[in-house]
Amino acid sequence: MNIPEQLRYAASHEWSLVEGDTATVGITDHAQAELTDVVFVELPKVGQKIEAGKGCAVVESVKAASDVNAPLSGEVTAVNDEVVANPALVNTDPYGKGWFFKMKLSNPSEIENLKTAGAYRTLIGK
Amino acid sequence: MMSSLRTTPLHAAHMAAGARMVEFGGWDMPVQYSSILKEHAAVRTAAGLFDISHMGEIRVKGPDAVSFLNSSLTNNASKIAVNGSQYSMLLDEKGGVVDDLFVYRTSDDDFLLVVNASHIEEDFGLLKSLKRGRVELDDESGETVALALQGPASPAILDRWIPGASSQLGHHQIKSFPWDLGTAWIARTGYTGEDGFEILCSDPAAPLMWTSLLELGESSGLLPCGLGARDTLRMEVCYPLNGHELGPDITPLEAGIGFAVDFTKSDFRGKAALMAQKAAGVPRKAVALLAKPGGAPPRAGYPVLRDGKAIGKLTSGVLSPTLQAGIGLALVDTSHAAVGNSVDIEIRGKYVPASIVKKPIYRKTS
Repeated sequence: MNIPEQLRYAASHEWSLVEGDTATVGITDHAQAELTDVVFVELPKVGQKIEAGKGCAVVESVKAASDVNAPLSGEVTAVNDEVVANPALVNTDPYGKGWFFKMKLSNPSEIENLKTAGAYRTLIGK
Repeated sequence: MMSSLRTTPLHAAHMAAGARMVEFGGWDMPVQYSSILKEHAAVRTAAGLFDISHMGEIRVKGPDAVSFLNSSLTNNASKIAVNGSQYSMLLDEKGGVVDDLFVYRTSDDDFLLVVNASHIEEDFGLLKSLKRGRVELDDESGETVALALQGPASPAILDRWIPGASSQLGHHQIKSFPWDLGTAWIARTGYTGEDGFEILCSDPAAPLMWTSLLELGESSGLLPCGLGARDTLRMEVCYPLNGHELGPDITPLEAGIGFAVDFTKSDFRGKAALMAQKAAGVPRKAVALLAKPGGAPPRAGYPVLRDGKAIGKLTSGVLSPTLQAGIGLALVDTSHAAVGNSVDIEIRGKYVPASIVKKPIYRKTS
């Protein structure tokens, strides 16, 4: 299971790459493996205010729809149109081309609430 | 909880193959081995092998078997030739569907009913209570291994296992064939809309059929397939699934499977209620929906609207792997059920445009 060291993780299986007061967000390798074939991704809109721990996107496998939570609070600054057009990128490259959105953080101290790679590995038991 | 689930004789083989398991009708079954999309594509373009041993097999035997089946089930058993088969239903007195099933005639007075896994006890109990005349009923579900070999490459794969078998089986026919380690009943039936076979065997070596067929089919692209692909395949061809398109609150007339009801029979369970509904008019109809590409996947339970007004609900839905568009089966008010009507499927508060289309949604072109 790929769990990159430089990322931070929410218990609901979203990753965040934090750079200053911005973050790039996606779902983890573990999440995509549990979901199986991703066939649909619904992203928030650019400019949308999102709140840590609240649903802000939807990812759907053949069999089920799952909410994706905002790992941090802030405003959406960019969304990945490529993953909307080709949802299988979530399966093949969850930390790369399968990213969901970028955001400007309104409360960077929330980063402390996210897990390190080691803590996330423990959480999923891998 | 897991320990209370029932398992098929192939359970160990599924675990060894790395299958992802799910609970289905009280059984611990593979939902996928590799990927639902890959398994779906294999069945449409090559072949897939499904473990359907969870399904029930009820033997009905004796000189009065035909009249017993005719009084119990909706379809006309006297129309089934020896080695033939027929789709039929067991109703309750109100005309609701207890179960849909396949009736195979293996000899003049010997029939095999293949029923849904979650309804084996209910069907068997009900049939026993309806028993009349010289008829014996046996629940053979426990000892039977059942496989479905489905897809265009199925005949070639079957023939590698039992030379010449495929050409001896016409559409919907069933015959018995000896193989190395036993005798199998093989029917040219299935639940995918593709050519294919359902294979039943109760001999001790029956589980070995699974690995044999997988080996023999490998060069043709045969994949082991789980319930996930089984569900997406049947939705594309609009086959009903009990608990979704069928149930105690849905009659065969509403479900659009009146073809499996023979009203000319003197009586059958549920007939009076169905006749009354037919006379009064069927309030709801099962329709097939094809959504505009690009929308979120339709799912069971989503509302269906016409001109902003609710007209029904989806009973099943999925993003069709073959058509790459949302598809659904829905029960809607009869007045809005015409093929060609434009409707909307409400998905998380958004309207996704769709049309009511002719069944099946997907039809094989070759």
